[in-house]
Amino acid sequence: MSLWQLLYEPDRWADEINKLITNWGLQLGIPVFITQLFLMIVVAVILLSFILLNVAFLTWLERKVAGHIQVRHGPMRTGPHGILQPVADGIKLLFKESITLPFVDNFIYTLSPAMMFTAAMLTYIVLPFAPGWVVAPLDYGLIFVFAAGGVSSFFVFTAGWSSNNKYSLLAGMRTIAQVISYEIPMILAALGVALFAGSLNLVEIVEAQKGLWNIVVQPLGFLLFLTAALGETHRAPFDLLEAEQELVAGYMTEYSGMRFALFYLGEYTHMFAAAALMTTLYLGGWQGPYLPPVVWFLLKAYALVLLIMWFRWTYPRIRIDHLMNFSWKFILPLALINLGVTALVLVW
Amino acid sequence: MITTQEFHVNLGPQHPSTHGVLKLNLVLDGEYIVDCEPVLGQLHRGMEKMAEGMHYGQFIPLTDRLDYLASAANNLAYVLAVEKLMGVEAPERAKYIRVIITELQRIASHLVAIGTWGLDLGAWTVMLYTFRDREMVLDLFEMYCGARLTLNCFRVGGTTYDFPPGFIEKLKEFLDVFPRRVDDYEALLTRNPIWLSRTKDVGVISAEDAVAYGLTGPNLRASGVNWDIRRVYPYEIYDRVEFDVPLGSRGDAFDRYMVRIQEMRQSCRIIKQALEQLPPGEVMLDLPTISLPDKRQFPNNFPAVVRHFHLLVQGYAPQEKEIYLGVENPKGELGFYIVSDGSAYPYRLKIRAPSFINLQILPKVLKGALLADVVCILASLDPVLGEVDR
Amino acid sequence: MPDFFVLAFYAVLGLGMAAVIILLNWFVAPRTLATARRNTPYECGDPPLGSGWVAYHIRYYIFALLFVVFDVEAIFLFSWVAVFKTLGLWGFIEVAIFIVILVIGLLYAWKKGVLRWI
Repeated sequence: MSLWQLLYEPDRWADEINKLITNWGLQLGIPVFITQLFLMIVVAVILLSFILLNVAFLTWLERKVAGHIQVRHGPMRTGPHGILQPVADGIKLLFKESITLPFVDNFIYTLSPAMMFTAAMLTYIVLPFAPGWVVAPLDYGLIFVFAAGGVSSFFVFTAGWSSNNKYSLLAGMRTIAQVISYEIPMILAALGVALFAGSLNLVEIVEAQKGLWNIVVQPLGFLLFLTAALGETHRAPFDLLEAEQELVAGYMTEYSGMRFALFYLGEYTHMFAAAALMTTLYLGGWQGPYLPPVVWFLLKAYALVLLIMWFRWTYPRIRIDHLMNFSWKFILPLALINLGVTALVLVW
Repeated sequence: MITTQEFHVNLGPQHPSTHGVLKLNLVLDGEYIVDCEPVLGQLHRGMEKMAEGMHYGQFIPLTDRLDYLASAANNLAYVLAVEKLMGVEAPERAKYIRVIITELQRIASHLVAIGTWGLDLGAWTVMLYTFRDREMVLDLFEMYCGARLTLNCFRVGGTTYDFPPGFIEKLKEFLDVFPRRVDDYEALLTRNPIWLSRTKDVGVISAEDAVAYGLTGPNLRASGVNWDIRRVYPYEIYDRVEFDVPLGSRGDAFDRYMVRIQEMRQSCRIIKQALEQLPPGEVMLDLPTISLPDKRQFPNNFPAVVRHFHLLVQGYAPQEKEIYLGVENPKGELGFYIVSDGSAYPYRLKIRAPSFINLQILPKVLKGALLADVVCILASLDPVLGEVDR
Repeated sequence: MPDFFVLAFYAVLGLGMAAVIILLNWFVAPRTLATARRNTPYECGDPPLGSGWVAYHIRYYIFALLFVVFDVEAIFLFSWVAVFKTLGLWGFIEVAIFIVILVIGLLYAWKKGVLRWI
């Protein structure tokens, strides 16, 4: 059986490997706990490499998309069509001095980028990439995703605060404004989906969409969630907190070297997580004909990523007070109505 | 007792969106601007003083460095002022060429204004699009005089060059393409709700204020004041072409944007008419006192060599006189006030720089605005720091 | 494997990776001389005016209060959604009453004119 065929039945494959290794460990007298831990480390390595490669690819893709939207080529020199550009960037940033500044709150200053990346990464462990391919199918997966997203934004704020720079501080405060504007509509929109599945487990939500994707029954919910997700992941037109033209570099003004790079890592990780979450909630996750589940999942997620990138290179940035008015006077009521109507229909 | 405090922030000179080395000392109350003090002079080169050490012809390249995004328009203003001082007038064909080049320069300047404005508000793509189209204009300039940014192509008594072969065809091509490109920008910005919310009712300047602060150019016309020197005191051939003066009504940033968009369309109209009317003939006066002799006659015409040397080294001396002449630059009224003491060097040369005077209203408009509006309002006034600091 | 163990494992892993990256950077990157000018916060090239830690007026205080209210509501809604199918109509009515009270609060705030960037 080729690998391609194996991809069609990821759950059986995953289960068999699990059993095989456990049995092999038992034969050698290794306790189940140790073999499980070993498996977990392998899975973690795979997931981390996926995240890192994916971010590298996304940064390249962003520059290519931007280039082609703006009638230019984007990176072309490093490798065919500049595909090695992320590698070059990574090496460059690695060899850049990460300046230790005397005026910052050093512990938080260093912790923030690390935690921002970690929080964004934690989202991935509940995402079902394919049947059986989920690190931890938590029953409270949906809450967990929002919690991780909120933590990620919080560390953007601490980064801005600890920098002891007025531009960073303004950006940090804008982050909070953005979080309090968009978290509630996002949760309310997602709850509409959860109502259909009757569960907060992302795997069950995907399985409940067999036959009919949620985007068909919840089009308004999808639009609300997309808008809110843009705000949550700080993507244009809601990229107020790193508005280069106003705040120089926003919360990253005082960062350099790899600590700076970690923010990018976190941001793109978060963006793909948001796209993957939208795929899971509204686009039927891994489901689709002919192609293997994981391919479907990635295709849908990348379609959304491209959409998000398209927004970024088309729209001007919204102003902070407009943003709050928009979310509290327009998006929030709509999200409440959406949830109410969904529940009403389901109760009927 | 916890109290909130106002704080001071430097915006500039090393800032992505102050359009050069402008520095604003902002007093902020949170995101709101309490007070603003522009700090000028970081690009000061003492141009007015330098002019006193140069004879009239030598100063033309320096005018390029005033508003470097509209160098031909600066050349024209200076050249016209000196021509008025000397009491000469350029040949007809030269006048048309000057108007065509200056109107192209107006298009290029407005393209930069709108492009960087879009960039300041986060719409990156608009900037790339406008610069793509500005590139076509710059290519035309390169074809005409070899330079792209600092043209230095007009002379007292005419222009240095006639249109090279193929120029007019390329210009017509540009005029065909360009209005469609303007439609593109309008699709990206004018009909974009975020752009509208960012520019409408932002940085409102009333007509009275605009006049009182001496605003000129698109910034004045956006407030509804019908004042265009091309129309009021027509120079060159502007009394012979038809064009509208676009006016705004409310004087907010959006009006300033619309005025610029429409002025680009009007510039196209002017160029088209000028091309139709373009007469044949010389492009430079043949006046021994000011115009250089034809270099082709040098080998067997020694007096011409001497005259050439004489003109370049000593220049020409106008009568003892004071004149002022202002023309409609892309940014506003660029005026030269020249006091001549009868020597070949100006006794005093004062530049009325439109960007500098337009910038005076900035603190007044910024008061009470949001930090995000600072860049929007600044971009809408479209200052060029080379001109502000001179 | 208990869920929380997995979470903790991944949190430590993420932080560990970040630490490795930062340390690697620290080892291989060059050092520049720390001059007084380099060690000032970036404020567009000129010496900064005052400290960066200013207590300024956050305009969205009312929004933040409302956010807390609605965020707590969201937590209740999560648990309602999880058991929605078993609770049925009565559950829906109870939650509807709960939300309506909150919405009335929101409308009141809106009417009062505090739902703006003051």
